[in-house]
Amino acid sequence: MAQTKRKMLVDPLVDNNPITLQVLGICSALAVTSSLQVAFVMSIAVTLVTGFSSMFISMLRNHIPGSIRIIVQMVIIASLVIIVDQLLKAYAFEISKTLSVFVGLIITNCIVMGRAEAFAMKNPPLASFIDGVGNGLGYGLILMLVGFIRELFGAGSLFGLTIFETVNNGGWYIPNGMLLLPPSAFFIIGLLIWAFRTWKPEQVEDAEYKIQAVESH
Amino acid sequence: MPEDTPQKANEAKKGFVRRFLDLPPDSVPKTVFVAVSLCLVASMIVSAAAVSLRPLQEVNRLKDKQVNILQVAGRYEPGIDVTEAFATFEPHVLELATGEFTDQFDPATFDDLAAASDPATSIALEDDPASIGRQSKFVTVYLLRKDDGSLDKVILPLHGYGLWSTLYGFISLEANGNDIYGLQFYQHAETPGLGAEVDNPRWKALWQGKKLRDDSGELLITVAKTAPPQGPEYHIDALAGATLTSVGVDNLVRFWMGEAGYAPFLENLQAGEI
Repeated sequence: MAQTKRKMLVDPLVDNNPITLQVLGICSALAVTSSLQVAFVMSIAVTLVTGFSSMFISMLRNHIPGSIRIIVQMVIIASLVIIVDQLLKAYAFEISKTLSVFVGLIITNCIVMGRAEAFAMKNPPLASFIDGVGNGLGYGLILMLVGFIRELFGAGSLFGLTIFETVNNGGWYIPNGMLLLPPSAFFIIGLLIWAFRTWKPEQVEDAEYKIQAVESH
Repeated sequence: MPEDTPQKANEAKKGFVRRFLDLPPDSVPKTVFVAVSLCLVASMIVSAAAVSLRPLQEVNRLKDKQVNILQVAGRYEPGIDVTEAFATFEPHVLELATGEFTDQFDPATFDDLAAASDPATSIALEDDPASIGRQSKFVTVYLLRKDDGSLDKVILPLHGYGLWSTLYGFISLEANGNDIYGLQFYQHAETPGLGAEVDNPRWKALWQGKKLRDDSGELLITVAKTAPPQGPEYHIDALAGATLTSVGVDNLVRFWMGEAGYAPFLENLQAGEI
């Protein structure tokens, strides 16, 4: 059992990563990865919300009517998100200013809903909690990787500390402005998926159709 | 049927909640019960969190504003006691049209943003280059005095639309009411790396020492790519790659420094009536 719990936590990091394998949560990954600090706080927030929402949903799973289960999940997730948002505003005001609307949008993050629906509705609370945390961490890992590339090459800094002195501040580095815009996250995530699937070929999906070989005449 | 009796008695002994919990999840009463009770519990938790954290959040918001006022006046250093440093600033509620301070409101509690949306204290703008819709007739301004009591700087709030968002900020002027000391935005949502470079210290430093008007009183200050013919002391270089944010800043500064904004107040200031 200990082995499977460990697997639940570690699996979503690479082997079953919510972003690169399940391709969920892309929208927020575009929005919050222009600086590492924001990406880091967002990772923590999503991990907490996914973990606890999975736990609470799992605790109620035997009483949730099938007809309103999605709404019930949404209410639980939304309540947790509001609490996270309020906590950030109270204890990390600067960061909450930069995250602003994105914390609220955790509600619509497909990963949270995905784990609730696919795992927490069928598994006991502790396992659901670990699964939620694992998936939050998997999401966070990709966020940090993307944020690392975007902030380093887009702004010449990491966690706000200057690494490459930019021309605007009298240095030599001409920042790549495109990396600070959302489309660059698409490119980076795409390249990451490519890298992951080259490293672990079993992640490559089977083709949905096969082009038939033309018979030679 | 006698066999039923103990079961029925059992049923009656069970509490109200228990009876609902034992229903099959997909029955209608259970669905309604789950929906209602979940909403009640969730709303109680959320409102408890919101109410109990509100005082802390208010303190943060106020402190953030004070830090910005200190920064724009050049009085901020990391680690200083914000409240203590801010106490040296004199807040006043200013009536824009007359350019005079009013006693109608207490500056400690006057809320500029609320006043801008209240029809009693605001006007809908016809000519609205800063795209703010409604303008408050009253604003809170801050005076900073030197040790001998003479006026050092005035700090005036301003806001207007950039590319994505309304930029809220402060401008600080020297006691002559014409020389700019600094400009700073405390709230905006412009593009990071492009429009958000309005926060770049090097760009903000460009504002220091610029003049609003020439000797004839014409408003010349401008944020543009090239300097106006009147000379570089009225010109702030626009941000590269952020044309619309720069245009927005240009519009909002010219609007607030113009007749609809602080011009009457600045005239009073220059006439020595403040």
